[in-house]
Amino acid sequence: MAYRIDPDKDRPFIEEFRKNPIGHHSPGLMRVLNAMRFDAGDHKPILIVRKPFREWVLGVMPMDRTQPIVAEMDRVFTSREEAEWAMFCRRWEAHTGERLNMPFRTGDEERGSD
Amino acid sequence: MLKILGYPDKYSVAPGEAISFMVSSEDGEDYSASLVRVICGDANPEGPGLQHAPVKSSIESTYPGRKQDIDPGSYMRAAVPQLDTPTSFSLFAIVWPTLLKRDNQVLISKWDAASESGFKLFVTDNGQLTFVTADGGKSQSVALNVRMLERQWYHVHCSVDLDAGEIVLSQSPVHRYAFTDDEAAGRAALKVRPAFVGAPVHVAGCPAAGGRVDDHFDGKIDSPAVLRGVHAATTQAALSLRPIDNRLRADILAYWDFSIGIDTIDVTDIGDLGNHGSLHEMPVRGMKGWNWTGEFHRWTERPDHYGAVHFHHDDLYDAAWDVAFTLTIPDDLRSGNYAVRVANGENTPDETRDYYIPFFVRPARRSKGTQGKRDRIAFLAPTGAYMAYANHAEHITAAEAERTIGRLLQFGHTDIYMHQHPEVSGSLYDSRADGSGVCYSSRLRPVLNFTSQYHSWLGGHGSALWQYNADTHLLSWLEAKGFDFDVVTDEDLHADGVDLLDDYRVVLTGTHPEYYSTDMWNALKAWIDQGGRLMYLGANGFYWRIAFHKQLPGVIEVRRAEDGIRTWAAEPGEYYHSFTGELGGLYRRIGRAPNVMCGIGFVAQGFDMCSYYRRAPDAENPRAAFIFEGVDDEIIGDFGLIGGGAAGLELDCITTTLGSPPNTLRLATSENHTQAVMLVNEEFGVVPMNLGGDQNDKVRADLAFYETPAGGAVFSVGSISWCGSLPVNGFDNNVSRITENVLRRFADAAPFVPPESESD
Repeated sequence: MAYRIDPDKDRPFIEEFRKNPIGHHSPGLMRVLNAMRFDAGDHKPILIVRKPFREWVLGVMPMDRTQPIVAEMDRVFTSREEAEWAMFCRRWEAHTGERLNMPFRTGDEERGSD
Repeated sequence: MLKILGYPDKYSVAPGEAISFMVSSEDGEDYSASLVRVICGDANPEGPGLQHAPVKSSIESTYPGRKQDIDPGSYMRAAVPQLDTPTSFSLFAIVWPTLLKRDNQVLISKWDAASESGFKLFVTDNGQLTFVTADGGKSQSVALNVRMLERQWYHVHCSVDLDAGEIVLSQSPVHRYAFTDDEAAGRAALKVRPAFVGAPVHVAGCPAAGGRVDDHFDGKIDSPAVLRGVHAATTQAALSLRPIDNRLRADILAYWDFSIGIDTIDVTDIGDLGNHGSLHEMPVRGMKGWNWTGEFHRWTERPDHYGAVHFHHDDLYDAAWDVAFTLTIPDDLRSGNYAVRVANGENTPDETRDYYIPFFVRPARRSKGTQGKRDRIAFLAPTGAYMAYANHAEHITAAEAERTIGRLLQFGHTDIYMHQHPEVSGSLYDSRADGSGVCYSSRLRPVLNFTSQYHSWLGGHGSALWQYNADTHLLSWLEAKGFDFDVVTDEDLHADGVDLLDDYRVVLTGTHPEYYSTDMWNALKAWIDQGGRLMYLGANGFYWRIAFHKQLPGVIEVRRAEDGIRTWAAEPGEYYHSFTGELGGLYRRIGRAPNVMCGIGFVAQGFDMCSYYRRAPDAENPRAAFIFEGVDDEIIGDFGLIGGGAAGLELDCITTTLGSPPNTLRLATSENHTQAVMLVNEEFGVVPMNLGGDQNDKVRADLAFYETPAGGAVFSVGSISWCGSLPVNGFDNNVSRITENVLRRFADAAPFVPPESESD
């Protein structure tokens, strides 16, 4: 059986991902992401561009191309990384049942302090 | 959503020649059109930004808008006038269905859509062979009570006896399986005589309202035939014999042998009446027939084993939109990268209302030896690769796509349009709905990812550009540096051969010139061997062999044979191009690895992040001094609009055993690639545990240089993302400087003196 996310063992990778959603990742985080980023279902989560390089929303793409892509207009992201984090939190909950109540960036991080 | 789109009737046009444009204004709004020279198609604010220079032209105007549709689906059509008047008849074919969930898949029809009259033999969505006869408002349907299986061959037969008033229908599998009920024959009284309409016979389709052809068949059809009179199913065996018995031959109204003229769209009737036909929308030829034994793999050796055509309801050659306007290229228009911008309103977060229809203006045509030299520098636009990737839709269809790129799949309005309009048809990376790989790709249709402003899911984090738009980074750099250059295309190279290049001193490739016809390969290699200077500014080039069709313009073929990075694989026995009879697949598999052309060859790919190069010892070789003039940096290209580095997406390295010349200098090598950048499968026999760039030293790009015996030279960067680093810091960086150093030296007439041999 392929690897299943273990919330206790894989917890350190949450922070690794939050700090760097797109880029070099440790083998452990890659295993988590590979588990998350595959869904045999008939709908795929996607990122929809609202304003190129400025605004995105999450969306759902049906594999049946006669059905429309649906955008989630309730939350607009101003960076791809922020959207990646939102999707990570959603998938973490789907795999583990745990809700991650962590913002993408803390107030200190927004201000640029450690 | 995308609200306007279009395509040109050619990708390359010379001064004095005409080019036509097809436009669809999706909601019917009137639109404006204007000519621009494309300098940069990247909207990323971190880079130069979109740059389109207006060019005054005769097409600049406002046009009435209307939506234009596409009618996909391949079929055969032939007139059989002997069947225009009432007669008993029999239909035969050997079929291999591939998508039985679709309903009304017509095998053979003679049908008038307006009056809904005629007959059609088809397969239903539960695999039942069915015959319908109709005359105006009356119709009769007869179906067998067994189901076909997908990808099994069946003899099918239907006879209509007007005198006895009887329909006979049968199917018989070529291979029988235990406990499988797929053989049947049935009889029914003929209650509705078919109207013998003056319509042509269609195979794998049926005329529909509005001039469309619908109800296409997905699968292979072999040896379709129409006979006069009532013949039993067993007659099919007699039809397979050669020569055909003369008594049987006299009854043949049409017997189409698809094994004749495989490299054409012509269909030959081997009966005596000459009811030849033609194929439409490019069904696949050179396909194994029902009688393929595995003994022969090349259709030119035994064409009779390749008597099948594979039809698909989603094949497309020519969208055939009405021409919106035509531009005659002025004699004084400089060669370059151009587009017609069409716009039917303002762009908003919900709608994109402008679209750039790209094309290239090549320098004026000339008779050989009759005119002066062309410019010194040519950008060879890889239109073969652009066509191969035309409407690449794996972000829509491939389950692995998000894992592959290491981030969410990004959809702009154009991607949403592509999702909702599969009829634009896919690329050579996609598969038809029945699962068979797309092996033909045409440019006579809207190509949604061949346009300025398009950001590709595959194009690396950041600017996310791939192919055409990625190449505009190079074009914007040429503009910024003030180089004069011509643009010629792959299709020009295929058609003109080495004559196209003969007086260019330098040829620059695009970022990913992956697809080469044999004629293209021979021409470019001959030019290099004659002293040309090639700057190969990408990676995974000269990789797949393609073929152009000898009758139809603007369509290429690939057979994904045996090896290589393949999103689908050709079936055993179907490795040879139908267009030429050549073995398809990787150039590496015919002894012409990319290394033979450019000193390096494809070794790894990964689409998350790009990396950088570290200077290698050969950088200090005096032969390379001109390359590094003004560049002392140890690290090269640790920045970039594509993935953040000059080394990434796809990587090439030096391998002398594959043909890299022994005098090749390894100037720099990339490192620190991620786990997602992996060795390509032709690099190993047994799958290694350390596939990723974080563990495997073979995962690297080599920056390479070598001189040729004729005084020319080759400079190769080995990375698709190299050109994405050129614009950084106002085009002032070490990638830009190295590229400029090489181009200025390559454009200089002074020959490269070959290195002295060690014995001297």
